[in-house]
Amino acid sequence: MNWIAVKSIYTFEMARFFRTITQSLISPVLSTSLYFVVFGAAIGSRIQQVEGISYGAFIVPGLIMLSVITQSISNASFGIYFPKFIGTVFELLSAPVNFFEIVLGYVGAAATKALFIGIIILITAFFFVDITILHPVWMVVFLVLTCISFSLMGFIIGIWAGSFEQLQLVPLLIVTPLVFLGGSFYSISMLPPAWQVVSHFNPVVYLISGFRWAFFGAADVPIMTSLFAIAGFTLLGLAVIWWIFRTGWRIRQ
Amino acid sequence: MPDIVKITNLRKAYAGGFEALKGVNLTIEQGEILALLGPNGAGKTTLISTICGITTATDGSVAVGGHDTVKDYRKARSMIGLVPQEINLEPFEKVISTVAFSRGLFGKPKNDAAIEKILRQLSLWDKKDNQIRELSGGMKRRVLIAKALAHEPRVLFLDEPTAGVDVELRRDMWGIVAGLKADGVTIILTTHYIEEAEAIADRIGIIAEGELLLVEDKDKLMARMGKKQLVVQLTKPIDALPVSLASDSLALSDDGAALIYTYDTRAERTGITKLLSDVSNAGLVLADIETKQSSLEDIFVDLIKEGAA
Repeated sequence: MNWIAVKSIYTFEMARFFRTITQSLISPVLSTSLYFVVFGAAIGSRIQQVEGISYGAFIVPGLIMLSVITQSISNASFGIYFPKFIGTVFELLSAPVNFFEIVLGYVGAAATKALFIGIIILITAFFFVDITILHPVWMVVFLVLTCISFSLMGFIIGIWAGSFEQLQLVPLLIVTPLVFLGGSFYSISMLPPAWQVVSHFNPVVYLISGFRWAFFGAADVPIMTSLFAIAGFTLLGLAVIWWIFRTGWRIRQ
Repeated sequence: MPDIVKITNLRKAYAGGFEALKGVNLTIEQGEILALLGPNGAGKTTLISTICGITTATDGSVAVGGHDTVKDYRKARSMIGLVPQEINLEPFEKVISTVAFSRGLFGKPKNDAAIEKILRQLSLWDKKDNQIRELSGGMKRRVLIAKALAHEPRVLFLDEPTAGVDVELRRDMWGIVAGLKADGVTIILTTHYIEEAEAIADRIGIIAEGELLLVEDKDKLMARMGKKQLVVQLTKPIDALPVSLASDSLALSDDGAALIYTYDTRAERTGITKLLSDVSNAGLVLADIETKQSSLEDIFVDLIKEGAA
């Protein structure tokens, strides 16, 4: 293992994050606060409790997931797309590193940034609603695994993308709808039965359900199913990336 | 001198079927400067990219310092530095951090003294805290070289280091290359400026359409293929060559004011003495005499023509 290379990539990427720390943190804090004002206070006050939890508190896990998933994908996809775009990727390809080290550096940094933002949003939430976390260890496990798996997905998108438009395409057309329809702002049990069935094909449902269980002990799907779903998703991402580097798809002629 | 790079039967065909390298064999000696000369699209960049791991070879092998660049890529690549043709740099990074990043990426532990030495050598130390986007084009090229040298490679590939660079900067670059050679770095550079190869290379390889046409010591190449011209200026222009002077190697200039005699410097007899006596016997009066050494450019053009024929 070329650990020095992994560390170099990781710190280089984190430096980019800290250079723009204000923008990086202000925007998620601001948008979360807006969600709390609109959904929690204005609309939420007219909504009865969901599964025995006030609506304002109920949406906290979903809100964190929404930001963490979006941030993971955009950080990781930009992280690898940018060197491709400006041509500095030649250096990665000619360096004595293997695919695992490159992924560890880029995905590790993207996941760390997303984790930071997730924690900031959680802290912000404490100012608006009363939350107790029933299973803090599991909460961390779900949060970290989500950061990693969606950063892997972002990395794949970044390698696939041939333009900035394509870079936005997958998050916009697939991920945002999946997250919004994944029960970020409602319980799956609130949907008509037919839509409940459809929802079970949405992988994000398992993540949000598991994460919400870690907070409140209530879930749409069994906790082990959630865990398997996210573990499977992570492994799938790793497998795709392994294939990309083996074949040189989109990066090496 | 021991061999540091050994290229064996290297082939590269792109997905579209285009064959960029058609079986290249080349051995590069430690400490030399080899210039790869060829027109655009000859395969120079493909050759370098394949050695450095940016493109994968279709067939054949490359060993650097005895390490295969595919099987033993970590050891092989650690010895190589690459300066690409395009200025590929992150605009918002500081000079020093991008150079330090390159060192780390190649697995070398942090060493501020080594980085400082490289930046000073390239006159970049004053600019170390500047963002890349604030630098001039010439400075950016220096940053690319600094990045390539950051892990102290033994072999440096320079892909068209002076393409689109003004004359002063080009001479500057040649100075840098000479300095690196003095430090024991083996340098392979591609260029389509013949003047450049002539000025700094020890050996010259000529590449066209994916094939290495020849590799030879620069001086030997110049001597072997070098022809000289003797230009005899006449006091009065003439309409045609006198019959007594008619020969394949003698021509009259367009304005009729000069005789141009082409001869081989390495031939047993150059025929100059005979020519001059023939000229005076023909009643022509000489105004001036000069000789011209044919340049590498002429040699190059001849070779490419032969290859095409």
